[in-house]
Amino acid sequence: MKVRYFAWVRERIGLEEETVEVPGNVATVSDLIGWLSERDEGYAAAFVEPEVIRVAIDQTHVEHDAPIGKASEIAFFPPMTGG
Amino acid sequence: MDANAQSGERIVPLVRVQAEDFDVTQEVARLCEGRRDIGAVVTFTGLCRDEDGRLAALELEHYPGMAEGEIGRIAREAAQRWPLTGLTVIHRHGKIAPGANIVLVVAASRHRRAAFEAADFMMDFLKTRAPFWKKEHMADAGAGGWVEAKAADDDDAARWSGG
Repeated sequence: MKVRYFAWVRERIGLEEETVEVPGNVATVSDLIGWLSERDEGYAAAFVEPEVIRVAIDQTHVEHDAPIGKASEIAFFPPMTGG
Repeated sequence: MDANAQSGERIVPLVRVQAEDFDVTQEVARLCEGRRDIGAVVTFTGLCRDEDGRLAALELEHYPGMAEGEIGRIAREAAQRWPLTGLTVIHRHGKIAPGANIVLVVAASRHRRAAFEAADFMMDFLKTRAPFWKKEHMADAGAGGWVEAKAADDDDAARWSGG
């Protein structure tokens, strides 16, 4: 699936987007955050406070317990500051 | 349009996400042209302030596609909640200098209350749910960084739920 990062999440990871092959035991958004956090220091820094991270699956806001099974695009970003 | 309002049919909001500036007068005219049933037009314009001279510019990052989608969802909800005759929302992205426009909401209705409330509702949810992020560029080339979300904005949005 395609994973996209925005704002300081993007800066800490050093990527705007990537395609990942997720292992079968990674079932929810929360699992995916945990799995990504172990990749390197940048990911760990981006997800150091997982509870503040906002998530969208296929461009719709979801909670961290949402299943990722059917997602084609998952985005991680900080709380929004538009307007 | 009268018939539509009475039958409960809702207007289709106009949503734009763009780098270019917008013209408030032109956007008001777009909603009012050729109509005689509109009694109230409320406009809200959000501008970039210089934070007492410290800020050189704001950089607005957005999630293309979702930004339009999320503003559209909020706008359609506003059109469900209030009897509007028109609703336009424009949000800019990219680098924005102090004094320049960031966001515009135009809400039109037969009576003022619906227009005021719909515009207020629109901004509260746009701030907490539309995927935009502000980065500050400081005048002294010092720190700057990403603007932090405010708990007060969540409180503002929560005003609209429940009784």
